[in-house]
Amino acid sequence: MNAMPPRTGAQDCGPVTPLRQRGQHEVFCGLTSIIWLHRKVQDAFFLIVGSRTCAHLMQSAAGVMIFAEPRFGTAIIEERDLAGMADLHEELDRVVARLLARRPEIRMLVLVGSCPSEVIKLDLGKAAERLARLHAPATRVLHFSGSGIETTFTQGEDNFLAALARELPAAEAKAPPSLMVAGALPDVVEDQFRRIFDALGIGPVSFLPSRASSGLPPVGPATRVLLAQPYLGEAARALEARGATVLAAPFPLGEEGTTAWLRAAADAFGVAPGRFDAITRAGRRRAREAVGRHRAELEGRRVFLFPDSQLEPSIARFLAREAGAEIVEIGSPYLHRQHLAGEFALLPPGIPFSEGQDVDRQLDRCRAARPDLAVCGMGLANPLEAEGIATKWSIELVFTPVQGYEQAGDLAELFVRPLARRAVLKLGA
Amino acid sequence: MQLTVWTYEGPPHVGAMRIAASMRGLHYVLHAPQGDTYADLLFTMIERRDTRPPVTYTTFKAQDLGADTAEIFKIACRDAVERFKPEAIIVGASCTAELIQDDPAGLAAALALPIPVIPLELPSYSKKENWGAAETFYRLVRAFAPAPQRPAPRVVRPAGERSCNILGPTSLGFRHRDDIEEVRRMLERLGVIVNLVAPLGASPSDLARLPDADFNVVLYPEIAGTAADWLKRNHGQAFVSIPPIGVRATADFLAAVAGLAGVAAPAASPAALRMPWYSRSIDSTYLTGKRVFIFGDATHAVAAARVAADELGFAVCGLGTYSREFAREVRAAAVRYGVEPLISDDHLAVEDAIIAAQPELILGTQMERHVAKRLRIPCAVISAPVHVQDFPARYSPQMGHEGANVLFDSWVHPLMMGLEEHLLGMFRDDFEFNDGAAPSHLGHAAAPVAEAEDPTLVVLARPVAWTGEAEKELRKIPFFVRGKARKNTERFAVERGLQTITIETLYDAKAHYSR
Repeated sequence: MNAMPPRTGAQDCGPVTPLRQRGQHEVFCGLTSIIWLHRKVQDAFFLIVGSRTCAHLMQSAAGVMIFAEPRFGTAIIEERDLAGMADLHEELDRVVARLLARRPEIRMLVLVGSCPSEVIKLDLGKAAERLARLHAPATRVLHFSGSGIETTFTQGEDNFLAALARELPAAEAKAPPSLMVAGALPDVVEDQFRRIFDALGIGPVSFLPSRASSGLPPVGPATRVLLAQPYLGEAARALEARGATVLAAPFPLGEEGTTAWLRAAADAFGVAPGRFDAITRAGRRRAREAVGRHRAELEGRRVFLFPDSQLEPSIARFLAREAGAEIVEIGSPYLHRQHLAGEFALLPPGIPFSEGQDVDRQLDRCRAARPDLAVCGMGLANPLEAEGIATKWSIELVFTPVQGYEQAGDLAELFVRPLARRAVLKLGA
Repeated sequence: MQLTVWTYEGPPHVGAMRIAASMRGLHYVLHAPQGDTYADLLFTMIERRDTRPPVTYTTFKAQDLGADTAEIFKIACRDAVERFKPEAIIVGASCTAELIQDDPAGLAAALALPIPVIPLELPSYSKKENWGAAETFYRLVRAFAPAPQRPAPRVVRPAGERSCNILGPTSLGFRHRDDIEEVRRMLERLGVIVNLVAPLGASPSDLARLPDADFNVVLYPEIAGTAADWLKRNHGQAFVSIPPIGVRATADFLAAVAGLAGVAAPAASPAALRMPWYSRSIDSTYLTGKRVFIFGDATHAVAAARVAADELGFAVCGLGTYSREFAREVRAAAVRYGVEPLISDDHLAVEDAIIAAQPELILGTQMERHVAKRLRIPCAVISAPVHVQDFPARYSPQMGHEGANVLFDSWVHPLMMGLEEHLLGMFRDDFEFNDGAAPSHLGHAAAPVAEAEDPTLVVLARPVAWTGEAEKELRKIPFFVRGKARKNTERFAVERGLQTITIETLYDAKAHYSR
């Protein structure tokens, strides 16, 4: 009745067939990506074309209502729009005109499709083309879908980057090889990686998304793409369609992941192994030391990962190999086999893996397993805590700088914190 | 199509969730795509609820649209009944499912489930959260306390033996948890038996006992008004709908309840009611005439205006609500205070109204708290939408006698802290005081970055020039009244055709406008 997920196998570099149960998915939709994207791209405005639910989701998921006026909003579809009393495209033009008049500093307007706009088949591509003509050259207009019927959580960023990839200028025909790091990273992490690539002599290096829409990097056959995030299936395809080559690598989480990730770039750019070792030595040492300080707390701890951001296999690999944790189950909303092959090659064999979700049955498995720590969404955390299971909010993994050598210790610490808190509290049961 | 950044109310199905989450033995099967499950965190995070809210979402996907979303709904219904064993389920659609028109009501009926199924029709594109909560509660009351086949006149119990229901308290309501305790204690002291509190804590079968009570007490008309009207028409239960917020409203509430219960209204307030004396005491003199801007749901906004004007001696300079369903009540109250009522769910319009009113205190929602931070105006929160801070660990009702004490503390403290900030500001040149430090009452999270030193400078175009000296003198005025002083002085100067404002002009204007 309660099927156990199939296990990862070392030989075939991936789960044979992941457990797939049809049931309630307890995950955010792709719109939620906007919460970090609008901070990252500083001259962009993300306009969701959706319902009151979309707007309510955004302010609830953002956790706190942000102090300043954020660079996102919702054009709420109303009854009169649906009843045909108002033309949706005209309404959208009116809303956009008002918005851009209020926010003249916006250089890139991103129309974001939602469940309702998808279901009524509102053509945002057509709207984006029309609005681009209306507001050119001051404002560029893009569109992507963050709808919950098509995307979960981080897939919103995937679709945005795919849309951005189609907008990138073409690199010159004779352009020398360049490196593009795809996937939103905190600025501080971006700067660290840029310094390492510089030291390795790799360049020019660009990041997607760029911090401003005016600085979109060129792309072409000489572009080598290093994915900084595991959820970029569509974006990778779009970049390949522009002629770029995606480098295969595990993801830059922990010392091992970061080294393998950097090495993929180094190999592609012909960096001598000795030079690579020399340049990365200090970072690797610091990362190992920082994680080492937390290892005693995590060694042998049993961790259950609920599906959330698609980072789960990489996190599990880090926790298992660098922190000595025992992984009870890896849940992920979606498995991109090709991009995650490197992670599964490193994961210890025999870890149960599930793709998609039936949250009730997954909770049954979690309760039966009594893990020391469950990594889960905000809807599940307090209920699990109340049942005596320590939890870590998975959403912190996408909001906290965790990639790279200098953050490896912080990544370990995220998982130590709930355990440490339990140890210090003397409140009784 | 309406452009929105922040919303005061969620969609109507979130209102239905609040009713489901308030009750025991009720489960909500919601036809909705996966993203809609975000709503669980409202309960588990904001309210720190220790169980998942009793909601099953079908979480259909795009690929299911061409296939059979109806079948997914039926499976979800059956599984939910099997797993959670509720007494009853409510079924409905969120905004997206409304568009695909699967008819959850018909599908659930076809399943011939062994428990009652109450279908909900909540139009997502025209209605909002509070309406959804009211409609859901009303549907449940109708279903479990059906109208009698042959209406019989209500048997009047002897005075002193009468009971009432307390209607309206809901999960995610502003201090509902504590209001229930306070109101229950007052009613019991009065000798009135509380038959049932609903929806919070009640089960569907409990609702069948609603008609046993002699009358109803409606604490929050936004949520229980529809149900109370129906109970009156069909079960002959009169109701009291005076929210007991503040000293006077509490007395009115008790008098009305006493009337229906046939008991004597209390002659004196309990000793624990400190509020009237605190407001009369000499240190409260400075509260007189403080300009206060009030915005919230209709119940809390109207009640706050009365407390502010009559019990604290403030001057109400703005009054509004986002509850369009209760616009009439707010308009009527606004007439009393001589202000233009603001009926809007556009937070930018509310912000504009606040800037124009130049209040010294804002009583609002979390949204207005953020506006207040930006404008550096003291603020207290009086109404939903709720925030984790609105669920304090301590007992902190808004209603009844203790509620009146709480109002005094929570509205007056921000003003006192504003005064302290001014005193600190006077020492701004002292080497021990750091001018860059954020004011303590704004909390450490209040980043001073990206804020102009005087926010009124940002929002108002300067119609006349200020001399350096006059500008310097203006800075000596407490920041929370500085905006008003600036505006008044400029109006004074413009009206007199002055080109520049000197210290003389500043004080001439002050004399002119002094009340």
